[in-house]
Amino acid sequence: MVFCSLANGPAETPVDWTAFILSLELAGATAMVLLPFGVIAGRALAARDFAGKGVVQALLALPLVLPPSVLGYYLLVAFGAASPLGKVWQALFGHALVFSFSGLVLASLIVNLPFAVQPIERGFAAIAPEIREAAWVSGLSRWAGFLRIELPLAWPGILAAFALTFAHTMGEFGVVLMVGGGIPGETRTVAIAIYDRAQALDGGGAGRMSLLLLAFALAALGLVQMLGGRIGRRDG
Amino acid sequence: MAEAPEPAAGRATMGLAAWLAQAGPIPLDARLEVAAGELHALIGPSGSGKTTLLRALAGLYRPRAGTITCAGETWFDAARGCDLSPQRRRVGLVFQHYALFPHLSAADNVAAALGHLPRQARGAEARALLAQLGLADLAERLPATLSGGERQRVAVARALARNPALLLLDEPFAALDARTRRHLRQELAALRRRLSIPIVLVTHDLEEAAALADRMTVLERGRTLQTGTPAAIMTRPASHAVARVVDLQNLFEGETLGVSETPPETLISWHGETIRAAGALPFPPGTAIAWTVPPAAITLHAGPGPDGAGPKGAINVIAGRIGEVAVLPGIARIVFLAGDGAAAFVFPRPPPGAGPPLPRPGEVASIAFAPEAVHVMPLIGRLETIAV
Repeated sequence: MVFCSLANGPAETPVDWTAFILSLELAGATAMVLLPFGVIAGRALAARDFAGKGVVQALLALPLVLPPSVLGYYLLVAFGAASPLGKVWQALFGHALVFSFSGLVLASLIVNLPFAVQPIERGFAAIAPEIREAAWVSGLSRWAGFLRIELPLAWPGILAAFALTFAHTMGEFGVVLMVGGGIPGETRTVAIAIYDRAQALDGGGAGRMSLLLLAFALAALGLVQMLGGRIGRRDG
Repeated sequence: MAEAPEPAAGRATMGLAAWLAQAGPIPLDARLEVAAGELHALIGPSGSGKTTLLRALAGLYRPRAGTITCAGETWFDAARGCDLSPQRRRVGLVFQHYALFPHLSAADNVAAALGHLPRQARGAEARALLAQLGLADLAERLPATLSGGERQRVAVARALARNPALLLLDEPFAALDARTRRHLRQELAALRRRLSIPIVLVTHDLEEAAALADRMTVLERGRTLQTGTPAAIMTRPASHAVARVVDLQNLFEGETLGVSETPPETLISWHGETIRAAGALPFPPGTAIAWTVPPAAITLHAGPGPDGAGPKGAINVIAGRIGEVAVLPGIARIVFLAGDGAAAFVFPRPPPGAGPPLPRPGEVASIAFAPEAVHVMPLIGRLETIAV
């Protein structure tokens, strides 16, 4: 069996820290860029009614159900040297968007939209509309009401969005492989490094890195659970 | 019951005057005038537009047409495109479920509405306001750890913190148990005596309106139907619709027959009887009308009426039988089924031992009432009245 040969394989190598750090950078960049967007989009979806809201919500959820290879393929086409975006990128920065760290970040932003927007939307939706109105009637400007009343109340949702986006980016495989290609030091994330080690029958290296990602994912989910409980309490 | 204030000169400048109208999506055709220092109840069934009207006064809802002026300022004038934001209206609003900021202590909830004071002064002022409402010891508590009555008082303190020109209360007692409600009603009655601003109280509870309000306005489907003292509205409603909203007892429909000369009385055909109402009322013969008689004006007599042992010479005598006798603390309530049992009158009697013996259910009897006690109303819009 493949697993047995992997587990007992002779080629023992340490954790690929370059890939791990690259994954951390990718996850950090994705989360930092997506969070402000998530706050704006999540607040708008939770507090406003507008035409096409359902369509926007469906589009934002699409990366959840689309196979990563399908999403990766479309992103590869959209980022490619022949695409308008690829051409503009090449002209502006002098290198191709595909198979680059920048391209990976851009792809990661799109893949992680639902993980960033949905928890924040739920966080804002849990605030009763009267709370918002009470802030205005108390004389707080819309901006002050947002900062002093809504943001602290939606905070658990925002932290949950951060944890989910970060953890999901750490483990994202399909899209990263399609768009990034697994170039060491540039686009080879830890998830791809695990795949490469497993392909090379290095069970020890793959196992250690997998354990690291497992611990990461568990910690993130634990945080989300804890914060989810807080949203519920405030709602009640 | 409080006396209605006389329409004071200068009400238009110091008080609240509002007219709001639109065809949809929520129909509105409402006029409201509340003098400074007056507590004005807005009553109507759920869905009658009470809360919408209140939200429009606060600037949280924008109707298509209308004007709102308060304390000499124009807050809203649709024709001139003037619409002050809630922040600029100087209005205190106590929400139905209080809408306290759940992550802030009671003191911080109140301080949040003290933006007009320097930052250092807000804490002390918030505590002073809470102390006035008997909450000095609870200033640091989060809303979730307060009882319903305490939350309501924090909400009132927050609403007063802005030094408002208008105080709006949206069903402030609805979420409370009966004992707390009674207690806080007394507190509101005491509080309002210290305030010299117009106060609008939204309620669907007539008893509450009658106990607290100087005047009240009846609202149905966004339309203000009648404004007056609670006593005037509850005894002499302007229309059948108002009578329905105030849940008037002994409310019947009939048809005018004409007017008799001496004394001038309006004759009403009702279930084969002729009811006489004092005065030559301005309804042409054949008009469908509603009429009512206050329970206290009904007298009960043994026997079926003038042909038997009933009151001789009395008018508006109706034969029937006793339907139900309910003995309540200090009073008995009689349900009397007229004639064929198609209509029921309700009226009070002294409790057992305090007056003549109470009749027994099923007993043949008659009732009588004076023409002066009969109040006649137009029946217009009967089919459109709300299901309560």
